[in-house]
Amino acid sequence: MIEFLSNPQAITDFLSTSLRLSIPIIFAAVGGVISERSGVFNISLEGCIIGGAFGAALGAYLLGTPVAGLLLGVFVAMMAGLLLAGLAVGLSINQLVAGIAINILMLGLTSYLARLILGADATSTLPGFHPIAIPGLSAIPILGPVFFNQDVLTYLMYLLVPLSWWVIYKTPWGLSLRAVGDYPVAADSAGISVPRVRLFAVLISCAMAGLGGCYLVLSQVFVFTEHMSAGKGFIALAALILGRWNPIGALLACLFFGFSDALQLRLQFNSPDVPYQLFSMVPFVASFLALVFLSGKVRPPAAIGIRYERGGK
Amino acid sequence: MLALVRYTFALRPVWAVLLALLVGSGLILLAGVSPFAAYGELFKGAFLDYWGLAGTLVKTSPILLAGLAVILPLRAGLLNIGAEGQIYMGALFSAMAALLLPEMHPAIHIPVCILAGALGGGLWGLIPGYLKAYHGMNEVILTLLLNFIAINIVSYVAGGPMMQAGAPYPYSEEISQDLWLPWILPSTDAHAGVIFGVLLALIMFLVLRYSTVGFALDTIGKNATAARYAGIPVKRYVVGVMFAAGALGGLAGTFEVLGLKYRLYHHFSPGYGFDGIVVAFLATVNPLLAPLAAFFLAGLKAGALVMQRAVGLESTVIEAIKGLVIIFVAASLGLRYDAQKWAARLMRRRKRLDDELGDTFQARTRGEGR
Repeated sequence: MIEFLSNPQAITDFLSTSLRLSIPIIFAAVGGVISERSGVFNISLEGCIIGGAFGAALGAYLLGTPVAGLLLGVFVAMMAGLLLAGLAVGLSINQLVAGIAINILMLGLTSYLARLILGADATSTLPGFHPIAIPGLSAIPILGPVFFNQDVLTYLMYLLVPLSWWVIYKTPWGLSLRAVGDYPVAADSAGISVPRVRLFAVLISCAMAGLGGCYLVLSQVFVFTEHMSAGKGFIALAALILGRWNPIGALLACLFFGFSDALQLRLQFNSPDVPYQLFSMVPFVASFLALVFLSGKVRPPAAIGIRYERGGK
Repeated sequence: MLALVRYTFALRPVWAVLLALLVGSGLILLAGVSPFAAYGELFKGAFLDYWGLAGTLVKTSPILLAGLAVILPLRAGLLNIGAEGQIYMGALFSAMAALLLPEMHPAIHIPVCILAGALGGGLWGLIPGYLKAYHGMNEVILTLLLNFIAINIVSYVAGGPMMQAGAPYPYSEEISQDLWLPWILPSTDAHAGVIFGVLLALIMFLVLRYSTVGFALDTIGKNATAARYAGIPVKRYVVGVMFAAGALGGLAGTFEVLGLKYRLYHHFSPGYGFDGIVVAFLATVNPLLAPLAAFFLAGLKAGALVMQRAVGLESTVIEAIKGLVIIFVAASLGLRYDAQKWAARLMRRRKRLDDELGDTFQARTRGEGR
């Protein structure tokens, strides 16, 4: 341990791994915050991540450029979002049921289409984004390479998290969003269209979760594998509750989960005689314990999960 | 006529399933396979062949019990996504009871194993139930996370302390042959688990329909505040119902061990707990319909492999079709039957027909109904 702490390169590598493991969850969790602030549970974050990952792989595979992958990935995730909005907002179906249905559909559909389209090429490396060092900042000792020698999607995340915070708390649309999520009757009587705000919130939310999936494929592993989202969408849900439905809070919670994930990988690597399952459950146990012991008295958006129907015809 | 509309409405999950299969045939066409051939092989392989039917019944057992584990708390408005984890914990506890307890007479040992499995799943349901009731935490996210934890615990146990020496991948020793569940179809894998499942579904139906427990659960599900003012101990019911649901999920895992695998394998459940959610909604949260829904879903799963061999279509398409089925069924349940609206619509139509036929019976309202 002391040897590890006295080695700046090892610390840089470790923090860098933590950051890279948390980025997909950050995208998904901040997206989830936007949707849940409008009063729609977005349990389909998992499906949006896998949809984004599949779209990214498909775009990069067919057109040979990661930018095409990025666009297609976000598009696929937004289609999942459109479906969720149609079911949960349009048809007023239980939001959790709609979300679970979308997760099952996306997991099955991406596995099937991946075998159909990518087929034997599924294991070949796809074009992706590579780290770009920001001159000056990346020269800061230890932390510089961690934060400023990353790829385009990471820098996009640096922009999107504060932007989401600013939109939610400082813009008229953000006010509408929060009003719709807390007291839709009042928002409606103030002339805000509840279904429309919820539709946009869900679409943005799924697009962001899709970015998380794009990151997995285009910046991390450069291949698409079935079920590669591996529960990240659900950890994102835990993170956003822990972050009290605030993008900055969600960011911090995700960094904590990324850190615990990196730690378990490191422990797994360093102690091969301990069964790996004890380590691979660490992120989930950490999420669970954090929810139980750290979240305290949580106060979700008041109208979350409740369908809104205009009274009086 | 109104009765016809009402029955059409009551059967809307069936229409939804058919519509989902229709959309699914588009997916099958993408692979250049005829949907008729694919569905034909699928249903022939799942339901019309002795061995295929046995394979379907084998899968019906865990899917049905997982479905019941979702239906029961759903009556009280709680969504249990943790059936998968409860299945694993049930299998773990029953395998431990089968392998670690001292030798005893099978007539005692089998019930002990079954109860141990129910207890294991029940405890895994009790945790989120308690946190929901007394700390107001969201049961959905808690049960979800507990799934991953349970799967890892079983992997650890099956690959560590209980692993058979020299096994190529994580599984435990085989349980004694005296503890195997009886078969229901000769010389197949079909075991008695599905009988237990159907019996439990029947019992659950009667309890929910005719007992005060069922009434209390429905009241909590419709309006928890009203239930509390009516003197129903809501918190205790929430804890109890999650324990019972977990026990049902645990039984699903127990019968997998005692009836089919005879060992504790790691990753032995291919998402049966999530199929339980599909069953709950296919059966419109009615335990009496759960066996049918589970049988259908098990058939899809069992037939998928037959179909893959017969027409060379990737069996993962069935996963996608399952997603379509739940989406369409959920959407169809969102459409509500409005007797007054339909009565008015039918009446208008009759008036219009009367107008066209020159019937003077409705003369007074002529022109009004258009």
